[in-house]
Amino acid sequence: MLKIIFSVIARDLQLAMRRQADIVSALFFFVIVVSLFPLGIGPETDLLRKLAPGVLWVAALLATMLSLPRLFADDHRDGTLEQLALSPYPLGLIVTGKTIAHWLVSGLPLALIAPILGVQFDLAADALWVLTLTILIGTPALSGIGAIGAALTLGLRGGGVLLSLLVLPLYIPVLIFGAGAVEATVSGLGGDGHLSLLAAMTTAAIGFAPWASAAALKIALE
Amino acid sequence: MLEADNLECLRGDNRLFAGLGFTLAPGELIYLQGRNGAGKTSLLRMLIGLLPPESGDIRWQGESIGKQRDEYHAALCYLGHHNAIKEELTPLENFHHAARFAGQDMDEDAALDALAQVGLAGREDLPCRYLSQGQKRRVALARLVVDRRPLWVLDEPFVALDVAAVDWLAQIISAHLQRGGMAIMTTHQAVEIPAGAVRELRIG
Amino acid sequence: MIDRFNLYRFASPATFYPLAGKLIPWFAAAGVLFGLVGLYIGMLVAPTDFQQGEGYRIIFIHVPTSWMSMFIYLVMAFWAAIGLAFNTRLSGMMAQALAPTGALMAFLSLWTGALWGKPMWGTWWVWDARLTSELILLFLYIGYMALVAAIDDPRRADKAGGILLLVGVVNIPIIYFSVKWWNTLHQGSSVNLTKSSMAEIMLWGMLLMALAFWMYAIAVALARVRTLMLERERNAEWVRKMLSEENA
Repeated sequence: MLKIIFSVIARDLQLAMRRQADIVSALFFFVIVVSLFPLGIGPETDLLRKLAPGVLWVAALLATMLSLPRLFADDHRDGTLEQLALSPYPLGLIVTGKTIAHWLVSGLPLALIAPILGVQFDLAADALWVLTLTILIGTPALSGIGAIGAALTLGLRGGGVLLSLLVLPLYIPVLIFGAGAVEATVSGLGGDGHLSLLAAMTTAAIGFAPWASAAALKIALE
Repeated sequence: MLEADNLECLRGDNRLFAGLGFTLAPGELIYLQGRNGAGKTSLLRMLIGLLPPESGDIRWQGESIGKQRDEYHAALCYLGHHNAIKEELTPLENFHHAARFAGQDMDEDAALDALAQVGLAGREDLPCRYLSQGQKRRVALARLVVDRRPLWVLDEPFVALDVAAVDWLAQIISAHLQRGGMAIMTTHQAVEIPAGAVRELRIG
Repeated sequence: MIDRFNLYRFASPATFYPLAGKLIPWFAAAGVLFGLVGLYIGMLVAPTDFQQGEGYRIIFIHVPTSWMSMFIYLVMAFWAAIGLAFNTRLSGMMAQALAPTGALMAFLSLWTGALWGKPMWGTWWVWDARLTSELILLFLYIGYMALVAAIDDPRRADKAGGILLLVGVVNIPIIYFSVKWWNTLHQGSSVNLTKSSMAEIMLWGMLLMALAFWMYAIAVALARVRTLMLERERNAEWVRKMLSEENA
């Protein structure tokens, strides 16, 4: 069971390494969007500190969305998806592997770069730490839920826009608790409750979402 | 043994075929014939379980394929229109991943040997992007050299191949049939398969 | 016990089409009747609120439409589950037929909420937990309709839409509670509808209006499902027969 998940992760990572430009451009998108906010709202540090959690988290959602349309589309186009669907392993496990690989190349880099961007918004050290932690814990849920949208819109006209229409409303709880944890830390309330709820959502999303994605993929392959 | 019973296929408002049935026993090959759009590919996709039939039943070793998906897939090798080749990866890497997804362990020597057989010796480590259409097709076909799964479902396997490669593939299929394998395939070219019981099935 | 055979027979468009046609006028009439009585109670019988004056009477539209917008989503998810489990043709069409009405209810609820908010808090929009959830619900409806519209093959559209509805229905409670928590954390203003002092007659007015919207939703959905059936089954035997009979 674990073997197939690892095989899928290994292949997707290998592919991602051969086209690093994709990872880098999603990362730069994140950096640029976040950096535009101070230009739009002014440089007052008080205001920026207050806006930072929301801005960083919304930008993280959008950056994750950027790579989602290709999650299954490449495999679909060259016939690999058919072979994956015909594998003797349950398709849900294969999708789990693809989801984890997607997180490793999209969510994880965001978490690593987030503290640097947080400094731009004058966040204190503890807030930076919690920010990194929330993005680290929260982005797997984004990959899991996003995979459902990617599977549902596979091969459709205007799939990318449609994908954001379907997926962004479902991202709202992750956004609320992710940004909420940072905000609670900034205001001195402590973000532990938010973090545990975020972890719970990620666990649920990684556990259940791949099976919904698998069902959607089977429909797309008919 | 693969049995299809009273299959019906609808595509949109069109009924492509209905009441289609056949059996495929070990050592047998079925050539699927029919004009363009008759539903050859749809039938193959039904047989591999990706497209649920409108009505009718497909049985593998006496049991409906829907009830034993994993076992059936372990016995099935499908080659579609697309090569399932990643342009960024080398033939060898593609070969390895394909084997792993099919649940097989692949040793390096067997893989290199298979690739050499399809004429890709010396190109094992070149990204597939630099290969020609025909060579990419050969990378996909190289899997058949080592594939010992009993049922082969091949959609237009001879497309984009030169004469020598067509002969080579016919040999590979014969060897598969002689081992007691089964195969069903579509093709536009009339290719002589030297061994095995070859039948034609016309649809549409 | 539901007889499996009968269930499938009922789910067949050929049987359902004429049945739906006969039912529509009854539901429409019931909707008008409930609506008239509900409006009469809401506008004339219910007492003027001592704090909010006459303006509060918009809740006789606002509250029932909010209820219906959530209820219709649940009904759609129910049909989606049936459709995915039993592969019945009717289920997907029912879900699709309900979606525009559900979206309309969500929209009406937001609109009346805004109209009510202006005189009450002096602003058209507040990030109140209820209004925010309603807005997200409207997004979910729009997403569903966009997905179904983007898929050409009606069967794939039904199934893909079904999965989205089930994912949505699992998420709605999570979204609702997260929004609620977010709201209390930020001490946003809150619409307090369930006043303990709410007169019984007001509750009756709201219930009657909810029934009126319910009947309306059924009548409109049935009319829409009939159109969907004709469109999808235009080549089927029963449609041809019916059309030739109508033309004769």
